[in-house]
Formats: sequence, C-alpha cells, structure tokens
Amino acid sequence: MSAFVDPARMAGHSGMEKGEVLLRVDNVSLAFGGVKAITNISFDIVKGEVRAIIGPNGAGKTSMLNVINGFYHPQEGTITWRGKVRRKMKPYEAASNGIARTFQNVALFKGMTTLDNIMTGRGLKMKSNFIWQCLHWGPALKEEIEHRRKVEEIIDFLEIQAIRKTPVGRLPYGLQKRVELARALAMEPELLLLDEPMAGMNLEEKEDMSRFILDVNQQFGTTIALIEHDMGVVMDLSDRVVVLDYGRKIADGPPDEVQASQDVIDAYLGVPHEH
Amino acid sequence: MLYREAGQYKTSYQRDQAIFPIAQDRWVVWTFVAVAFLVVPFFVNDYWTNAVLLPLLIYGLAALGLNILVGYCGQISLGTGGFMAVGAYASYKLMTSFPEMNMILVVLLSGGITAAVGSLFGLPSLRIKGFYLAVATLAAQFFLVWLFNKVGWFYNYSMTGQITAPDREMFGFLLTGPSALPWVKYLFCLTILAVFALIAKNLVRGRLGRNWMAIRDMDIAAELIGVRPLLTKLSAFAVSSFYIGMAGSLLFSVYLGAVEVGEVFGINVSFLVLFMVIIGGLGSIVGSFMGAAFLVLLPIFLKNFMVDGFGMMPVTAKHVEILLMGLLIIFFLIVEPHGLARLWQITKEKLRMWPFPY
Repeated sequence: MSAFVDPARMAGHSGMEKGEVLLRVDNVSLAFGGVKAITNISFDIVKGEVRAIIGPNGAGKTSMLNVINGFYHPQEGTITWRGKVRRKMKPYEAASNGIARTFQNVALFKGMTTLDNIMTGRGLKMKSNFIWQCLHWGPALKEEIEHRRKVEEIIDFLEIQAIRKTPVGRLPYGLQKRVELARALAMEPELLLLDEPMAGMNLEEKEDMSRFILDVNQQFGTTIALIEHDMGVVMDLSDRVVVLDYGRKIADGPPDEVQASQDVIDAYLGVPHEH
Repeated sequence: MLYREAGQYKTSYQRDQAIFPIAQDRWVVWTFVAVAFLVVPFFVNDYWTNAVLLPLLIYGLAALGLNILVGYCGQISLGTGGFMAVGAYASYKLMTSFPEMNMILVVLLSGGITAAVGSLFGLPSLRIKGFYLAVATLAAQFFLVWLFNKVGWFYNYSMTGQITAPDREMFGFLLTGPSALPWVKYLFCLTILAVFALIAKNLVRGRLGRNWMAIRDMDIAAELIGVRPLLTKLSAFAVSSFYIGMAGSLLFSVYLGAVEVGEVFGINVSFLVLFMVIIGGLGSIVGSFMGAAFLVLLPIFLKNFMVDGFGMMPVTAKHVEILLMGLLIIFFLIVEPHGLARLWQITKEKLRMWPFPY
C-alpha cells in the first residue's frame, strides 16, 4: 500500500513543518441578507492534524468549509493560508493552492467512469497544450500515462480496482463516497476538507472510511478538516475539535475536553439517559 | 461468439486507453475506413454524392460539433444554423478575396472565424444555464441570419443577395462549382470529417474533454477541483463552433454551390442538427454520425421505398414520409432515451456474452 508514499512530495507543498499553523480563520462573519450563517468565528488548523468541526444542524459547519475553499466570501474577517492573508479567492484558485474538498451529498461526475472522475482531479497538474491534446500524442500522451499511473496508485490505496471502468452513477452510495475521496486525493492536497464523509453509511463502511482517513493523514501527511455527526468517529479520529452552534464557536480543544464541556453538552451532545 | 475479447491482454496503460481497446472493433473500423476511402470513390456518381453522401458527411460534421457542446459540455445551443451561416459566408469572402487560397485553408479559416463568433455568443453561458441559454443562443441564430441578409458586404453586393461558390481546384481536380467531380467532393469532405472526428475523440478523452464533462455533470464540484468554468465553457463553444463552421463552409462551397441564407441556414437547421445529436446519443462521437445517418438517410430510403416500391405519388409519399419520420423518432427515443449510440453499446455488451449470457 505504501509503495508510492513519498512524504517529501505529499506533505511538503509549502515546505511547512508539522505543527505550524497551516490555516487560520480570524473573526470571520458571513451573512446571507439578514441571515447570519457565521458570526465572528476564529480558529486555526495546524499542519498534519485531523481537525473536526461539529455542531447541530444549521450551525454553519458547511458554510465554514465553503468559506475556507473560496466558495463563499465572508463579509468580515480574514483567512490566513500558509502565513499569507487572503480575503477573496475563487474556488479554482483555492484548488490550485492545495485545498481539496468532498461534499455532504455526493458531487461526482455521474456520467463519467471512476477512472475519469479521478483523472479529472489530476487536471491541475496536467500541462500539455491544446494542440498536443488534439493529437493525443507526444507530451499529451506521456502526461496521460504518467497521471494514469498516479491515479492507479490512488485506486489501489482505496481498494476500488474493480469499479475502475464503471460509470459512477451506477455505483452504490458507499463506493461513491470513496470515489469522491479518491478524486480529492488525486489533487494531492495539503488540506483536505471532508464534509460528512460517513453520512448514510453502515458500520462497516464507516470503519473502512475511518481507516482510509487516518491512513491519508499519517502516510501522506495531509492535514484534514472534517465535519461529522457520528461522535464516536469524531472522538476517535480527530486531534482537535471545534464546536459551532448558531454560527458561533462554543468550544475548541482536544476531544475529551470538548466532550466534557457543559456548553457543548447543552447545545449538541445532550446527556445520556439516567437509568 | 466472434465478438469476444478473451485472450487480449493489455500490458500498458497506453493500450488500455486506446480508442478501440478490443481488436474486433479495430478491424471493423479499419475495414470501414478503407472501404470509404479506397472503394467508394470509384463507384460514386452525381446522385449518390449529392443526395446521400455529402449531406451525410457534412451534417455528420455539424452534429459532431454540436455534440461537443451539448453532449460533452452540457450547454444547449440553438444557434447551429447561424454558426453554419458564419462558416459559409466566411468561406465565400475568403474564396472571393483570395482566389489563390487553398480550399483546405479556406475551410479551416472559416472554422476559425466561426469559433471566434461562437465564443462571443457563448459568453452568456457563464451566467445562464439550460433552457435559458438555449434562448440566448437562439438570438445568435436570428441575429446572424439577419446580418447576412442586411449587410451587402457579406454577399459582395450581388443583385440576388445569394452567394455563389467560384470554381476551385484541389490537386488539379475541380472541387467546387457546377462542374466539379463527384468523387473529388466526396473525398474532400470525407478526409476532413475523418481527421476531425479523430481530433474530437482525442479531445474528449484528454484533459479538456474531462473538464467539459465535469462542468456538464456537476459544475460546482468541477470548480472546486480546479476547473475554470469560463475558460472551459468558452473552449467548448469555440471547438464546437469550429466544427459547425467547417460544416457550413463545406455545405456552401462543396455541396450546394449557391446559398440564400434564410433558406439554407434557418432555425430548422438548428433543430435538425440538435435532433441528430439527441437521437444519435448525447456525449458520443459515433452517436453523432448515427444521428446524422438516421435523419439524412431514412427520408431518402422511405421515399424510394414508397415511390418506387409501392408506386405512390411523390407528393403523397412526402407527406407520409414526414409522418413516418416523426413516428420513428418517437419510437427510438422510447426504446432508448440515450440514443442510438447507447443502443449500439448495449448490443455490443450483449454480443460479448452471446450465446451464453451467464
């Protein structure tokens, strides 16, 4: 499985060391008209960690991810990515800066095969010009094969060899989620945003997915920010947790600490039934 | 039994990514190409070229172009007739302004000019989608036809308002004009179609094609993995218009010879080519040709069948033909909404298992 793991290549996009602040969100507020989705939130994501964002429905978790990868532009606050402050950024710029993302409801390219879906994720790394692409020869062909090899490595890693040539529209839900992860991995991101990677899965699929997430984090050194409702998964996987409620941050810290916080229990976790 | 890939091992990614990974497919295609290039030219006469082969090739090219836009990039366009008119008028102006220019260059440049016009009309696609975009491209259709009628410069201020193709030669053989040779016309169109069909296939299986399909299937996700929406959509408009422009250029210079814009490039042509793409199969190169063949050949076949076979009056036959065409279109779309190409694909998949489907 680890034949292609090259830590220098995967982890070292920006030459940042483990433990440095990769992304920091400062006092970000986002509103749609009168609806305040996010109010004055600050937190940071450290290189190499698994960061969880949790909270009840409508707390602003997905909006937060959308802010990070440039899909929404916050009215207030700044985002610092690799030590550089940015205000506005187009999603494809975020993509070329090493931020990849999966979606809450699967957003695959339904008409394309698994292979093509993952190959599309390599698009930013492909450079051959239009004329060579027309001829499918020379640099274009070389590049196709080179990236196909990379894609095959990801396919091996996620164990989806059997569905390589299947149009993703025909795949069951659990596998679609996995293909989506594969597509995001194909971008060799520095920061991987996972929006409910385990929603709607059964126990076995959840266990598989958890293992893949940990492997990605440990073998490739990819920093991961994930939204998840399954508390067991969150507490096991993440290094630090930030809790949102009604667009505000109510807790931030290691899983145990967050779990014990009275605010979090009141707002989200609730109390186990007394017998 | 014959169509089976057992024993054909692919040992490299290049082999695996070939256009026809199955050997039987390759043989069939090569035979087909060889017959089209080496055998057919010796047998064609005026009737076959003008009634059957040229419309088939030229509309095949137009359908291929539209399929890139509609089938691969998911942007609906009803401006095909207008863009074909751009190709036709561009080649008319080029042929009359530069009499020495090689016809291949004329056709390519006409395609290039149409590509520029097409990208211009593709700009709204960034903001509007689906049916609304179709209506926006409809504006292109009406505006362009109006423009070529109104501005005399485009038809060199001729009295009739028509444009007429002057005589041009290709390797010493007359290609355009009233006394052009059928086999020269046929080979010219066939060569262009074959070359550009290959290019289209190469594009759609490469990075650009994947980006087009990504925009078609899920534009938000495409943007988040680094596909630039404007560039990708405009490139689809440009490439598609290039093909459609070449088809318009060929239709005018090689096939018809003389053109009156409102009649030849009206809105019904836009619909005709769109129907070819839908019936043939969205997002399929071979489907474009199947759709073109369906809508070009079937009327001829039906007419011959009814007039010569049953001795029907030609006028009655024409009416019955329209009726039957409508019925057949409905029939095929009910049988397979994804078009003839999908039907063909399913047949091939079944054939691989035949006669033991388990």
